[in-house]
Amino acid sequence: MTQIFAYVPFNNGQAEDVALEFPEAAKKIDASATLTAIVTGSGADLDSVAGEMSKIYGQVIKVDNEALAYPNAEVVRKALVNIVPEGSIVLVPHTTFGMDIAPGLSVKMDAAYAADIIDFQGAEGTTLKMIRQELGGAVSTHVTADISAGAVITVRPGAFAPVDGGSAGGTITDKSGDAGDLSSKRQFLEVVAAEIGDVDITKSDVLVSIGRGIEDEENIEVAQELAEAMNAVVSCSRPIVDAKWLEKSRQVGTSGQTVKPKVYMAMGISGSFQHLGGVKGNPFIVAVNKNPKAPIFQVADVGIVEDILEFMPELTEAISDL
Amino acid sequence: MEILVCVKRVPDTAENEFELNGAGNDLDRDDLVYSVNEWDNYAVEEAIQMVDNVGGSVTVVTVGDDESEEVLRREMAMGANNGVLLSDDAFEGSDGNGIASILKAEIEKGNYDLILTGAQADEGAGQVGGMVAAMLDYPYASLVNKIDIIDDKKINVGREIEGGNQEMNELQLPCVLSIQTGINEPRYVGIRGIRKVAKVDIPVKGSADLGLDADSVGAAGAKTRRVDYFVPDMGEGAEMLEGSTDEIIGKLIEKLKAKGGL
Ligand SMILES: Cc1cc2nc3c(=O)[nH]c(=O)nc-3n(C[C@H](O)[C@H](O)[C@H](O)COP(=O)(O)OP(=O)(O)OC[C@H]3O[C@@H](n4cnc5c(N)ncnc54)[C@H](O)[C@@H]3O)c2cc1C
Ligand SMILES: Nc1ncnc2c1ncn2[C@@H]1O[C@H](COP(=O)(O)O)[C@@H](O)[C@H]1O
Repeated sequence: MTQIFAYVPFNNGQAEDVALEFPEAAKKIDASATLTAIVTGSGADLDSVAGEMSKIYGQVIKVDNEALAYPNAEVVRKALVNIVPEGSIVLVPHTTFGMDIAPGLSVKMDAAYAADIIDFQGAEGTTLKMIRQELGGAVSTHVTADISAGAVITVRPGAFAPVDGGSAGGTITDKSGDAGDLSSKRQFLEVVAAEIGDVDITKSDVLVSIGRGIEDEENIEVAQELAEAMNAVVSCSRPIVDAKWLEKSRQVGTSGQTVKPKVYMAMGISGSFQHLGGVKGNPFIVAVNKNPKAPIFQVADVGIVEDILEFMPELTEAISDL
Repeated sequence: MEILVCVKRVPDTAENEFELNGAGNDLDRDDLVYSVNEWDNYAVEEAIQMVDNVGGSVTVVTVGDDESEEVLRREMAMGANNGVLLSDDAFEGSDGNGIASILKAEIEKGNYDLILTGAQADEGAGQVGGMVAAMLDYPYASLVNKIDIIDDKKINVGREIEGGNQEMNELQLPCVLSIQTGINEPRYVGIRGIRKVAKVDIPVKGSADLGLDADSVGAAGAKTRRVDYFVPDMGEGAEMLEGSTDEIIGKLIEKLKAKGGL
């Protein structure tokens, strides 16, 4: 019988939201499989997360070790290789931690690897069918994995419906003794907090957010004028920060700020999941993009196919005339 | 410092509107514009800057077909010293593990202190770097946005994690790093630069040269396969505003008023 293990990361004693999403993902892989949560760490935080997980999962494995106090992917990987039985399916979230640990874990387990899965279509024999995206979400693909020797799969956070908490009354098994040698050629040093910029985009009800479609640093002025007319603040996607055109504190997305505005104006932004991962609270999304097939149109409330460099000044003028 | 940077030729997302081919099993690739994977340019720039500071050389390598040679030349025009093309019919259909196995074989033929990859490529997998590291038993760090060379045995790297926070780590050399965008500002490459390296010899190696068992790579060795491309059922999607720009703006303003945007 298939065994599925879900690795549940946590911060400050709080499991990541994806912990509630793994059960749905596992059900779509194989409803008859046994599902076990794995938590690794050290001390009281670990125990409280293990306790929480036993309400959601029938089985929980905890691994307590000082070396796992910070989730250094290289160290966690070593522990997992020793604890997960051969041939199992391991689910990890497609986050910066998941990207760090999962590819190498698949090699060490000699298992298939599938990254950033957004849906499962069940298994036929030892062939698992899955859905993922390529090219920044511009196209979708069906993929298969031969899971006869197991699989490591990263699932996209938010892609699977969360379960309603629960009262599974699961058992917690302490496997700390099985973790094995946790020495590593990579040492965690510290986390340096992101710099705080001069504008707090999380405080604004309306954001005029620009992406690579702004094309040139000089054109940012056009967005600033629109923002002024709308009493809004300018935010942006990652390439604008990479190009050093705006401060990092204005970046919306998983590696930037999480915003919850009332209205989000996505101007020349394609709509990658890392960008949309920072747009929360179900705002009214207006997308302007010259490509009618841009993925942002799948999530926006209102879509407009126009060149933002022409559209934004006209919109600014019309609003100023109100 | 001897540095190897893995690079990939990919369809350029900024330059293309993607369509499926008639059979629906692939993209319509006839008119696609290709370029170097965005993340790889940052990796090559970082390598060049390190070598400028501490000496050594930068080699760029790709697994691909004849046309992939152009991306090697582009990165050599940036300043990479050597290029290697790993190409063989037997490599076709490789999954991430297959690509990593091919790269591993080439890495073992050299004497590199540092292997760099991009954080992810066109398929959005972010898998090859971590796999290569695990195959070689080298330490690995992904999404690196800062590198400080401590000495010839170790380096400190920053990893960009959620919220833009930075996780600092010390790694022993040799190691593998995947590079995140924004770590530097990749230099511009003009036509002149490309012309300068147009005649440089780029060796091509196949599975025999690398001592690879052809069954372990390519479609035969792949555990993960792409079956097809498809257009997802978009659900309702956005309400598209149509008409003249003036009409669109009129409709948009009404909506913005209703939703608290004005
Ligand atoms: C680990 C990780 C974390 C990441 N974190 C973030 C993050 O926090 N935030 C983030 O934004 N990204 C993040 N990214 C990057 C993300 O994957 C995308 O690369 C990025 O969001 C793309 O930005 P974009 O939409 O502005 O650019 P593109 O994808 O290049 O899209 C530009 C769009 O503009 C349109 N366009 C071009 N010109 C015009 C014009 N004149 N008028 C109208 N439309 C035009 C194009 O049709 C296209 O749709 C992350 C990536 C990784 C790997
Ligand atoms: N065919 C390839 N040849 C060389 N390097 C590759 C190839 N495919 C992927 N890579 C490297 O692995 C990185 C991540 O790609 P991927 O794992 O495919 O998302 C890329 O940025 C490259 O550095």
